[in-house]
Amino acid sequence: MTLALRGVRYRYAGAAAAALEGVSLTLEPGHVLGVVGPNGAGKSTLCLVAAGLAPATIGGELAGEVRIDGVTTASSRPHELAQRCGILFQNPTTQLSGTSATVWEEVAFGPRNLGLPLEEVVARVDAALDALTIRPLADRDPERLSGGQAQLVALAGVLALRPAYLVLDEPTSQLDPQGTRLVGTAIGELARQTGAGVLVVEHKTDLLATIAEQVAVLVAGSVVASDEAASILADARLEAWGIESPSRIRIERAARRAGVHLVSEVEA
Amino acid sequence: MTVSALRTEGLGFVYPEGTRALEGVDLEILQGERVAIIGQNGSGKSTLVRHFNGLLRPTEGSVAVAGTPVGMRHVAELAREVGLAFQNPDRQIFSGRVAREVEFGPRNIGISGQELAACVNDALAAVGLEGRAEANPYDLGFSQRKLLALASVLAMRPPIVVLDEPTTGQDANGIGRVRSIVEMLSSDGRTVVAISHDMRFVAETFARIIVMRAGRVVLDGSPREVFAQEQWPILASTYLEPPLAARIGARMGAGSTPTEAMLVERLLEQGGAMGTGRAG
Repeated sequence: MTLALRGVRYRYAGAAAAALEGVSLTLEPGHVLGVVGPNGAGKSTLCLVAAGLAPATIGGELAGEVRIDGVTTASSRPHELAQRCGILFQNPTTQLSGTSATVWEEVAFGPRNLGLPLEEVVARVDAALDALTIRPLADRDPERLSGGQAQLVALAGVLALRPAYLVLDEPTSQLDPQGTRLVGTAIGELARQTGAGVLVVEHKTDLLATIAEQVAVLVAGSVVASDEAASILADARLEAWGIESPSRIRIERAARRAGVHLVSEVEA
Repeated sequence: MTVSALRTEGLGFVYPEGTRALEGVDLEILQGERVAIIGQNGSGKSTLVRHFNGLLRPTEGSVAVAGTPVGMRHVAELAREVGLAFQNPDRQIFSGRVAREVEFGPRNIGISGQELAACVNDALAAVGLEGRAEANPYDLGFSQRKLLALASVLAMRPPIVVLDEPTTGQDANGIGRVRSIVEMLSSDGRTVVAISHDMRFVAETFARIIVMRAGRVVLDGSPREVFAQEQWPILASTYLEPPLAARIGARMGAGSTPTEAMLVERLLEQGGAMGTGRAG
């Protein structure tokens, strides 16, 4: 049981070149897989392909194979995929349904569409709001949230679906440091407690260092490195690929170059 | 001589449905200053900056731009003085072609011909999109659409530039590019105000940092002052934490070192003989 990409090549409809080329990745239940890469590397495309939205919903041309628990996405219907794999878009306003009067209803939108009994919908919505500590927003108009609040509400909507796999495209891009930590904790708990496999695209390598077991590096549409998080995040090639190393590693290197000793294991 | 670029007095704002977003904000930002505004999500940062170009009008107090009260001055008129790049580029972009998107602003304030072309080309070059002038904005990735929205503001050459989370979705090179744009504007004598959650970007790029909590200003000073250890409880009260360099500096008794360069420099000054064990 995995979400697996094998030799994936994907080209958008009308595009001259492929956005992904030769991509193979495996997402295991209960694990968090981080994906890093410079802008334009194909990270958002990878999310669409992994969740099966491309090509099923947005068209384009897929070669190779994407299997969710053994079933190829090419042979699945969009509503079947949606129940196996949730996706959080980079821009929360793309995600919000635009049909809900309150945040609570917005988060309930997905579970209701799964046809779940009302008490189950209520339990899931409350749990998702609590996991991200946004229950105080429950009665607010989703159209009148700050960017960061909208991002948390969009994520809560996906969490409430409780999918077996979850694909998150920069889930913390508009969040303050506290919101970023909360999302990190929620992702980690989701993986550990519900056994969900989570693929998370993130520029914040500091966050990945705390939540991801594995990290893959995507450059120009191809995976150039993939390994345990600690090893990839300490890889000296990151900067050359246009990816920021975690703060701790960067500072340790700068100190070493300057010949000064840093306090080790700073619990800073 | 100091010239006021933006001034608020007792500024308060309550959204029509009753959410209070700002309360008693007194600020003076001088011409040529580089100012970052930080604070937790929902602390009123975006609401505050939307008062600078008249998108929102105070429900209490007043706002003045370049010494003149905003009053009921029209947004179109204020747009010559204050350029605002939105947090969400998709709320700003509407054209089917990158170059058209960028020329919309300058064209609307009466710029034409070769001057218009220069405005557009300079702005696209500043954000690194010079090769994409003919592209459809929606064929660009999110980070490039953010840069396009920024170019649209730069093209109007306003004396005051306000950026709402300019580094969202940018990779290391993109953040470096935004930093150079801020520095370029500043060396040009223009005023730059930016909202950001990226503490490292803020500490390395801005001379002054304003910290907001629940619609009020709770700290206002240089990065060294705002990220100094004695302010950490106030930062924590608005769910912020200083950059890692500041935390390590404090642990090692190196004083307030909000940037990595300052940290290494201070440690070198202290002879590189800092403790190597586990600190406090």
